[in-house]
Amino acid sequence: MEWKLELILFVLLSVMAVFSAIMMVTRRSPINSAIFLIINFFASAGIYLLLQAQFIAVIQVLVYMGAIMVLVIFVIMLLNLQDESKLSEQFSYKKLTSLLLSVLLFCLLGFSVFFGFSGKFTSISGEAEKLGTAESLGKELVLAYSVPFEIAGLLLLAAVVGAVVLAKKSFD
Amino acid sequence: MLEGYIPIFIIIFISAAFAFLNINLSSLLGPNRPNKEKLSTYESGMEPIGTAHDRFSIKYYMVAVSFIVFDIEVVFLYPWAVSFLNFPKPEMIYSFVIGLIFIVVLAVGLIYEYKKGVLKWD
Repeated sequence: MEWKLELILFVLLSVMAVFSAIMMVTRRSPINSAIFLIINFFASAGIYLLLQAQFIAVIQVLVYMGAIMVLVIFVIMLLNLQDESKLSEQFSYKKLTSLLLSVLLFCLLGFSVFFGFSGKFTSISGEAEKLGTAESLGKELVLAYSVPFEIAGLLLLAAVVGAVVLAKKSFD
Repeated sequence: MLEGYIPIFIIIFISAAFAFLNINLSSLLGPNRPNKEKLSTYESGMEPIGTAHDRFSIKYYMVAVSFIVFDIEVVFLYPWAVSFLNFPKPEMIYSFVIGLIFIVVLAVGLIYEYKKGVLKWD
């Protein structure tokens, strides 16, 4: 069993990811939820690393754990959630429907992943280690996907302009 | 194949252990004689008013949004820069132009922010 170390790491990381995801959803304080979300992102970064996607793993840590979490915490601060107990709802049909729909969606995803991929893709290809580097990604990005690359730039520009327009009143 | 990551794991482990130890050792080794004054919120000698969960100025949020946008720009520029030197000459020029357009598009966003006074603090 040459996969021993990978298997142990995968089990550890996936338990960490599922545990932190459950904790994130069930916490009462939004800041506690945010901290568990960071742990979840960290565990998924580790799983990306096990799949030989080194660049994606680093980006997961840099962008999701760094930048996106800053945004999430800023939104929590801006919303001024003084009394969190006010946010909790009573049991209602609305809640029951959303619970049933979530369970249904979870089953659908689980079954399709299980029957679609079970038995297939059991090992990582030998080229994966080379494909996951920043260098091979950059080559593909610039030569094969140069138009989507520029469109991504325009999308980021739209994000800057959108944020400025939405917050404009305070600057005039 | 995971052997190459062992130094990174060691760094992560040492930094996590260092942070954990520093926080917990000081409370373990230091004397612990709490009283009402010591346990109250420190606010430079003033009586604390309200909670720490206060509303922030939108300016902080604008800085956070700009940070994310330019962070993602770096994510795109990093593979572009790494692959750049290994191209043959015509592809190198093409790659340079592509990257330049990308940077100019985002520079327009930065200039727009600057002109709108988003980055101004007074």
